[in-house]
Amino acid sequence: MKLHVLVDRLSLSHICGSLDKEAAGVYAGDLLSWVMSHAQAGDIWVTIMSNINVAAVASLTEAACVILAEGVQPDAETLQAAAEKDVTFFSDTRSVYQLCCSLGSALSNE
Amino acid sequence: MTDAGINFHFDVDGEDFSSAGAASVEVKKNLRQLGFPPDIIRKVAIAMYEGEINMVIHANGGTADVFVLPDEIIMVLRDQGPGIADVSLAMQEGFSTARDNIRSLGFGAGMGLPNMKKYTDSMEIETELGKGTKIVMKVKV
Repeated sequence: MKLHVLVDRLSLSHICGSLDKEAAGVYAGDLLSWVMSHAQAGDIWVTIMSNINVAAVASLTEAACVILAEGVQPDAETLQAAAEKDVTFFSDTRSVYQLCCSLGSALSNE
Repeated sequence: MTDAGINFHFDVDGEDFSSAGAASVEVKKNLRQLGFPPDIIRKVAIAMYEGEINMVIHANGGTADVFVLPDEIIMVLRDQGPGIADVSLAMQEGFSTARDNIRSLGFGAGMGLPNMKKYTDSMEIETELGKGTKIVMKVKV
């Protein structure tokens, strides 16, 4: 599913990055090395971590995008890194669990 | 090792988390330009990043050298940090000596060295307490 479809279906708040990427799955987690060990390329990464290293990990794992849950917002440093690395960020006030449920439903009904 | 392929050298700053990962990102970009398959690039970039982060967290920085050969990519990470007291323990998933301020950034999961091993075809660690650590990782192409 393309991110521009996803953002409409879930009413996500788009922070930065391309909406033309393809999302194939979902991974939720906040420990960066754990994410690098288990997330798959093309995953939507749901997290409450918003520091600059999140942009690097999203780029290295080839995540389709990062969704910051629970209303978390990235700082300017993270946004700059996201722009440099072409990482797409969204934010949302829903919990990680609620977002994963909605994402799972959206992807399975594609 | 250095004569047959393309080499990259990076200095990794210690305690600088804003630039941590710079070497990995650069290697990823270079390998992409050289036309390597995405799965190879992903493995090399993640292994490099974990190595970089370890040097930033534990060793006040170090150096990273990447040798791109026709049949394999070799990463050599060197630091002059405290060394690893028990390598087999450090290789266990979940074991970490990272401080709380590091954990608050999302690191310190105890997955760094296991991830480096997971994403490479071979990994050798030479370490001496009080002197430093050298890690050689290879990814077959």
